[in-house]
Amino acid sequence: MNTLPLQVNGVSKSFGSVRALRNVSIAMEPGERLALLGHNGAGKTTLFRLILGFARADSGLIDISGNRPGSEGARRSVSYLPENVTFPKLLTGREILNFYLRLKRISTDRTDALLDRVGLADAADRYAGTYSKGMRQRLGLAQALAGKPILILLDEPTSGLDPLSRQQFYSLVDEAAASGSAVVLSSHGLSELEAKTDRVAILNRGEVVADAPLDELQTASKAPLRIRVRARPDSVMEVSKQLGGRRINGQSVELTCPVPEKMAQLAAISALGPLVTDFDVSQPSLDDVYRHYSAVIEDKGETA
Amino acid sequence: MNALSSIAVLELKLGRRNRWMLLSTCALALFALVLGFVGASPTGSVRVDPLTVAVANLATLSVYLVPLMALLLAFDAIAGEVERGTIQLVLASPVSRTTLIAGKFIGHLTVLAIAIFIGYGLAGAAIYAFAGGSADGLIAVLRLMVTCIGLGAAFLALGYVASTLSRQSGTAAAFVVAIWLVAVVLYDLALFGALVADADGVFAKTIFPWLLIANPADAFRLFNMSMLETGAETSIGSVAGALPFPAWTGVVSLFVWTMGAFALSTLFLRRLEP
Repeated sequence: MNTLPLQVNGVSKSFGSVRALRNVSIAMEPGERLALLGHNGAGKTTLFRLILGFARADSGLIDISGNRPGSEGARRSVSYLPENVTFPKLLTGREILNFYLRLKRISTDRTDALLDRVGLADAADRYAGTYSKGMRQRLGLAQALAGKPILILLDEPTSGLDPLSRQQFYSLVDEAAASGSAVVLSSHGLSELEAKTDRVAILNRGEVVADAPLDELQTASKAPLRIRVRARPDSVMEVSKQLGGRRINGQSVELTCPVPEKMAQLAAISALGPLVTDFDVSQPSLDDVYRHYSAVIEDKGETA
Repeated sequence: MNALSSIAVLELKLGRRNRWMLLSTCALALFALVLGFVGASPTGSVRVDPLTVAVANLATLSVYLVPLMALLLAFDAIAGEVERGTIQLVLASPVSRTTLIAGKFIGHLTVLAIAIFIGYGLAGAAIYAFAGGSADGLIAVLRLMVTCIGLGAAFLALGYVASTLSRQSGTAAAFVVAIWLVAVVLYDLALFGALVADADGVFAKTIFPWLLIANPADAFRLFNMSMLETGAETSIGSVAGALPFPAWTGVVSLFVWTMGAFALSTLFLRRLEP
């Protein structure tokens, strides 16, 4: 018996001559947070629509905790927050949330607690027409989190949110995951997802080109570390000569170094002794990793 | 509250908040009062019941107004939700598509019924109080109101057909304007044109009445006019006298249109990929 929140097996979908998804396979455990990354048009939203049963896959299988997409059982298990949703302007936040709770057959006794949790308790009785983008998004999240769904799909949930709202948003997602929901977040805003998810799947032209925890991807991508060495103004030439790398702003030198050579490089820096005043090491960012995986496919695409 | 009633109640709330209900109630009441009092002023030697005259005038007015109101209420039902993205939230929840559109229908029909009952009811009461009227006249007002709701139901369902076929509100709006023009204006023009061309032929005697009853707007007018003729002495709607079918066929026509269009819109909604 299969009880995984989500299993996608070899799913393909074409729209005319456009192959939106090619042989996509993804599985999720309860309580797991997955970041689904990809350019616009990489197939993220198409995958969501197939999981929700809005469209049917050409081939392959999708299973939501033992149910077929679109079936009553699946719709009871899945929650969804679309990328763009505009609630009726003349309804209050409370009325809108009550409405969706009733559709989901969840008791409206939960409304106040939910509104409080997403920070809308004070705005609950104001018309949604007066809400900011962040408030609308949190109202959408409130309906998505309601009733402890088995699987939560959030399509580009943080696009257009300011950093503070984004942080609040992620802490709500973390709570939901901690209580056992599997959460899929799609995004093309990459760096904002760093450390917020357990796993990263990268879609490129409808294909899954990577699916692993972020640190594994970082290692596997062989994206280099970035080391910035600060020197005294009179010694910066010397440092640059010794270490190689690129001089920036008159007193720093920036080096890139493959992850396995990190310790050797650090030893070389400390060997310079008093010439160096300080240094910074930055891990390859999600943007670097993502660029690596996108590039792989684009090269393949050109040779094919 | 279950899904069906919460969808209906939400539409009712929206109808009240966006002043739609208020505006259409006022429009109906105003037109009804003007027609009622103008019609009630004695013009000939035979004094006709003012209420009955008002109903005859209102039946003609309703043919234009009620379908327009219903279509304006219905066009945004699905297309608007698709455009705003809320349809995805609704369809991701365990609510069937039939429940969605049935809930909207119940909500919209209630909004329409309230506007009709208050608008025509107030006007009817005012005419009865100030110009007088018979018991037959009161029954005619009631019959008018009930059949107006039937007429509204048919055009609500037609509006849903337009709404489920369009992915944008604007397209759906253009679609319902076309429906209104054809059903209420052009259809009649074409029929009367044909009637003039062939006044005493087969067309006028056998085909014409059936074409009339086949259009929900004409069926509504036909029913109300022929009921008035049997009830009181009026000179309006002489065509009703020579019908090859009983007057209630008009009500059947409204019912068939409502059911048919509703079934069609449900079918289109089922095929919609949000």
